[in-house]
Amino acid sequence: MSSERRGFLRTWVVSTDHKVVGIQYLVASAAMLFFGGLLALAIRWQLAWPWTEMPIVGGLVLGESGRVLSPAGYTALFTMHGTAMVFFAIIPLLTGAFGNYLVPLLVGAPDMAFPRLNAASFWIFAASIVLFFAGFGVEGGAANSGWTAYPPLATVPAAAPGSGAGQTWWLVAITVLGVSTILNALNAVVTIVKMRAPGLTWMRLPLTAWGLLVAAALQLSALPVLTAAGLLQLADRLLGTAFYTPAGLYVNAVQPDVAAGGSPLLWQHLFWFYSHPAVYVMVLPAMGFVSDILSVNARKPVFGYKPMVAAIGAIAGLGLLVWGHHMFTSGLGFEMGRAFMLSTMLIALPSAVKTFNWIATIWGGRIRLTAAMCFALGFVALFVIGGLSGLWLAATPVDVYLHDTYLVVAHFHYIVFGGTVLAVFAALHHWWPKITGRALSETLGRWHFLGTFVALNCVFLPMHQLGIAGMIRRTADPSVYQLFDRLEPLNRFVTWSAFGLMGWQLLFVANVVWSFLGGVRVGRNPWEAASLEWETPSPPAHGNFDSDLVIERGPYEYGDAAGERDFAPQARRTAPREA
Amino acid sequence: MRHCALLLVLGLLCGVLAFFALSPGRGWWLPDAASTIAQPIDALFDGIGLVILLGFVLVMALLAWAVWRGARARTDRARSTHGHTGLELTWTAGVGAILVGIALAQLPTWARLRDPAEMPASGVTARVIAHQWAWRFEHPGADGVLGTADDVETASELVLPAGESVLLELRSRDVIHSFFVPELRVKQDVVPGRAIPLWFTMARAGEFELVCAELCGLGHYVMAGRVRALPRADYDAWLAARIIDARSRGAEDAR
Ligand code: HEM
Ligand SMILES: [Cu+2]
Ligand SMILES: [Cu+2]
Repeated sequence: MSSERRGFLRTWVVSTDHKVVGIQYLVASAAMLFFGGLLALAIRWQLAWPWTEMPIVGGLVLGESGRVLSPAGYTALFTMHGTAMVFFAIIPLLTGAFGNYLVPLLVGAPDMAFPRLNAASFWIFAASIVLFFAGFGVEGGAANSGWTAYPPLATVPAAAPGSGAGQTWWLVAITVLGVSTILNALNAVVTIVKMRAPGLTWMRLPLTAWGLLVAAALQLSALPVLTAAGLLQLADRLLGTAFYTPAGLYVNAVQPDVAAGGSPLLWQHLFWFYSHPAVYVMVLPAMGFVSDILSVNARKPVFGYKPMVAAIGAIAGLGLLVWGHHMFTSGLGFEMGRAFMLSTMLIALPSAVKTFNWIATIWGGRIRLTAAMCFALGFVALFVIGGLSGLWLAATPVDVYLHDTYLVVAHFHYIVFGGTVLAVFAALHHWWPKITGRALSETLGRWHFLGTFVALNCVFLPMHQLGIAGMIRRTADPSVYQLFDRLEPLNRFVTWSAFGLMGWQLLFVANVVWSFLGGVRVGRNPWEAASLEWETPSPPAHGNFDSDLVIERGPYEYGDAAGERDFAPQARRTAPREA
Repeated sequence: MRHCALLLVLGLLCGVLAFFALSPGRGWWLPDAASTIAQPIDALFDGIGLVILLGFVLVMALLAWAVWRGARARTDRARSTHGHTGLELTWTAGVGAILVGIALAQLPTWARLRDPAEMPASGVTARVIAHQWAWRFEHPGADGVLGTADDVETASELVLPAGESVLLELRSRDVIHSFFVPELRVKQDVVPGRAIPLWFTMARAGEFELVCAELCGLGHYVMAGRVRALPRADYDAWLAARIIDARSRGAEDAR
């Protein structure tokens, strides 16, 4: 059935087509990315000009509080920024939007293994977004004990205004989201394991598919732990259990009326048991996109395909064993600190191997500096910076000093923004013609890249210095300490750059609008790429492939050995299928 | 356009290097060290910093060169190389060796910081009590034990002897806080329900800001304190004066 005849609702809202579900995820998580970005600007405003009236949006957002942020408001701000970005923007962008859209196409399948479950996972995700926003409206305001939600701050309502109803809504939202993510991950794993086109062996799978597969497997192994941990925290709040709240507390000089006898460090272990692997969920698919895009645009095969796959596997395996490095100063003990230091050092190795393989991939290539390629190269450059600063943090004595300072903030933003967000832009530029049938403007795209690249370094590079100078994270006003007073120029510079970075994203919006209005219509394979998704019409109809495929080779046959052209498609299209 | 790309990568390289080179002069760097453990920690920071610097320059140079060469207009095709086992083994082993080196190099310092065997045997110098959003401190009085009537209590300022190892016992009354003194390079979370030991030696007398480094609620950013390091004789005199104070207060209470 063609989409014209099915109407808007059936095509775009209640569809079970994996591509529609992917686009739904894309729209929702891009909106959350934008929302998280706005919160970030408010955070930066406060750090550059503490306790001053926020212009323009101040009255709107802060209302009766006189346009000036309150200390409690600040804590809610960064809590919801982190939560929105990690759980509702980055992870769903990768596994939800691109995962859903690409997985069946990359493996030559007509849809996900369980299309209805797939649609359900999106709608559960949508419900969790509603729950997330509901938390802002309750008494005491949104959750405000950080995206890490450490008890007893998070579990004792008297300890923080947001630890009342706000924290309960936060936990419910995260738990519901967890259910959606588990279902989605299950779908991805089953699809890749069971529905690969005949002849598409494991060693012929594009690295994007490997990244998405392993990220989904990580979700399946670690996310149930966070979900269970969240349910226990909910039980502590609602049922009077005491898993995390220790005995003998005096909050504001009174004994809080909560059951006690639990262990706060238990939460930290369970939280990071998931949330460390989650940082790899936020980067493995991105690494896959980048590998593919570099190879297509360098007109050369991915260098060291097998080591790349092995590195993905090693990152995932080790990724389950390094969570304690977030707890070096928590009092987890001397031996445990040593063990987690060793595993953390090891996990830097596969990341380095991947970096060298990316460089070797473009080495001697015939590089086309498309917008997608620019973003992919940007990913490599900035991921390296984030990975290298990880070395400081992995060395326990140095981490003792740097933990909970802005150096940690610099570290993970280089990876998550400099890395993952740039990879998402690369992927958008690369697969946009497939998704919409129209091209994005290459010129606008390159300008967008240029400004984004410069501005984001201006935002995140100085955060290293802030952290090295000792400035702690989650502070609402660094000028409280003489030590941090001299950092004011840096803080202001970062804030100005952040406004520039955010404003520059308008170019991307303009590009999207331009593409819908006047973007060139493209054929099946505008980039002359070899992998399977390019065998479909752009955009592919429900059911994806319009002919049977015979898979003949791996996904990266570019260059002089490829045959008549400089690439050899992975599959030969045979008899056209019945429409 | 490849000029543009080259400029960008080299710009990043030079920008990062210049910014890091300028920062120490402006005070945007490690604060002056004031403890004996700071020396090996800063040495590790510098040593790893050197590895970071070399790694960064190497990768950026390779990237810049590959893009510069690769983006020339050419009509011939690239060689379809799929990999090179020797190269893979080389960089895996090379990076692995560096990582193992870093791991080994930091072990002795971690032991000095946290190995219970390194804990000073001299007994607790002071107990630190954190609560939203202030610090309190208790020193043992004349009897040398904590928790007795002659304990000396202070707020916001922790007075300690310089030049010898001190042992603190960290406790929290409410949520998790973190005892962070940047100039001493020590940081330890203060976890309610536990008494966590922390030890260090201050290399000189002076006053150092005490920072709460773990989010502890809306007043987290104002939870500041101070550590004042005194020469031993001054410290003894300070403590003795407080003990007398505490006694007379006790005597008044009794009346
Ligand atoms: C090269 C390998 C890496 C090493 C050695 C490394 C090491 C570390 C360490 C030791 C910490 C804890 C710092 C602290 O809180 O004191 C940390 C924090 C963090 N890392 Fe990494 N990391 C690496 C790569 C990554 C990647 C690939 C990501 C994301 C995709 C990432 C995301 C994060 C995040 C989000 C945090 C902070 C979490 C928080 O406290 O809120 N890291 N990293
Ligand atoms: Cu981690
Ligand atoms: Cu605090």
